[in-house]
Amino acid sequence: MSALIQLKGVAVDFGAVAALRGVDLRVAAGERVALVGANGSGKSTLLRVLHGLLRPAAGSVLRDGASRQAMVFQRPYMLRTSAMNNVALALWLSGTRWRQARELALAALARVGLAHAALRSARALSGGQQQRLALARAWSLRPDVLFLDEPTSSLDPHGKREVEALMAEFAGDGMTLVFASHNLGQVKRLATRVVYLEQGRVLADLPVQEFFDGARLSQVSQEAGLFVRGETAW
Amino acid sequence: MNTFSDSVATAIALIAGLDPTLAAIVGRSLAVSAVACVLACCIGMPLGAWLGVARFPGRGMLLTVLNTMLALPSVVVGLVVYLLLSRTGPLGFLGWLFSFQAMVVAQTVLVVPVVAALTRQSVEDAHVVGGELMLSLGASAWLRGLLLAWDERYALLTIAIAAFGRAVSEVGAVMIVGGNIDGFTRVMTTAIALETSKGDLPLALALGIVLLGTVLALNAAIALLRRWRMLRDDRVLALEGVPG
Repeated sequence: MSALIQLKGVAVDFGAVAALRGVDLRVAAGERVALVGANGSGKSTLLRVLHGLLRPAAGSVLRDGASRQAMVFQRPYMLRTSAMNNVALALWLSGTRWRQARELALAALARVGLAHAALRSARALSGGQQQRLALARAWSLRPDVLFLDEPTSSLDPHGKREVEALMAEFAGDGMTLVFASHNLGQVKRLATRVVYLEQGRVLADLPVQEFFDGARLSQVSQEAGLFVRGETAW
Repeated sequence: MNTFSDSVATAIALIAGLDPTLAAIVGRSLAVSAVACVLACCIGMPLGAWLGVARFPGRGMLLTVLNTMLALPSVVVGLVVYLLLSRTGPLGFLGWLFSFQAMVVAQTVLVVPVVAALTRQSVEDAHVVGGELMLSLGASAWLRGLLLAWDERYALLTIAIAAFGRAVSEVGAVMIVGGNIDGFTRVMTTAIALETSKGDLPLALALGIVLLGTVLALNAAIALLRRWRMLRDDRVLALEGVPG
């Protein structure tokens, strides 16, 4: 499979804190990569480097120039306007004419089951609906790679299920997913590959079956081994 | 009755009877400040929005200067604008000294830092929450600033009202560059100063009451706007239902 993004020796510092250290990572088309690790392990930072929101202090980031990217954040930011305009604005910023952007926005809202809420204030939607709206906004850009930073962490079980179902559908359509998660069940259901981070380093990069097998993981990190066996929680 | 109560009674009669002299001064005063406020918003809001999102060397120093200019004395502004507009000054060719335009320029200069600094703070706060999304969508610093400023439009409306309050109540700058010429550049604050010194307390008091009323109305408008926003936000939170 061709690499959409390739990181080599990437390091990111926030002042005196080393958020990422010597990270090598390759994301190929069609993969569903889960980034797991404790809080502060560097998952969100890694996602931002992959998406280009953060420039590494060291190392290289190579991207397939033709591929398009989008990102969904943990807490979706919605402008004080309708759900449709929030999606249309993303399209307009990517170069689509406003009238066409609004038409495409309606299609994107229908894709996530929010067509009925097109004219409602985006900020008046529930947490789950706002996250679905964020997915519609990302999906409308037709990205080859979609980054998601703990997209279901603040949602109730119903909201989690809705968002997960959409992620699975997007992946089914051939979209590459890279997502950070603390939810092992979600990782099992959605990922094909798991990248485990500890203190800014990638300690394991395994196919999902091997990751949950645990034996190999315990060799690289005692903490990860405990986590996979369900003996500790992040 | 004593002098004060006489003056108050006469002042109220002037207001109630819509005294032409009083009305002309009030109208001119509101017009000067309104035009200055619109100009200050046109300059200060985009500048503040850009400063709220842009990061560049020297930004911290620029913000310190901008915040210092919040306390700019109006007489100093008047003096600088006077020097600029005086016949030998760089803008003397305009012939604006002691005119409506000169007062507008002075009040604009006075209010731009207020608008820019408050807009910068408002947009920067919004940028902390929504900046990454804008960046992710490929918006330039200018676009991020303008979009977030538009998103904070209710806060910006409050800023515009506060700026108008600052402009309409200042006296030093318009006195220097306007000259307080009767029927031409006399505004509420300069007229109050003059009529008090002349001993015409009823007119001064009437103007004072109108000025206070104007500032009170502006503050009431700000309070109502805040209350409306809070109610609106509460409604949004209530509709959200599910946390997050």
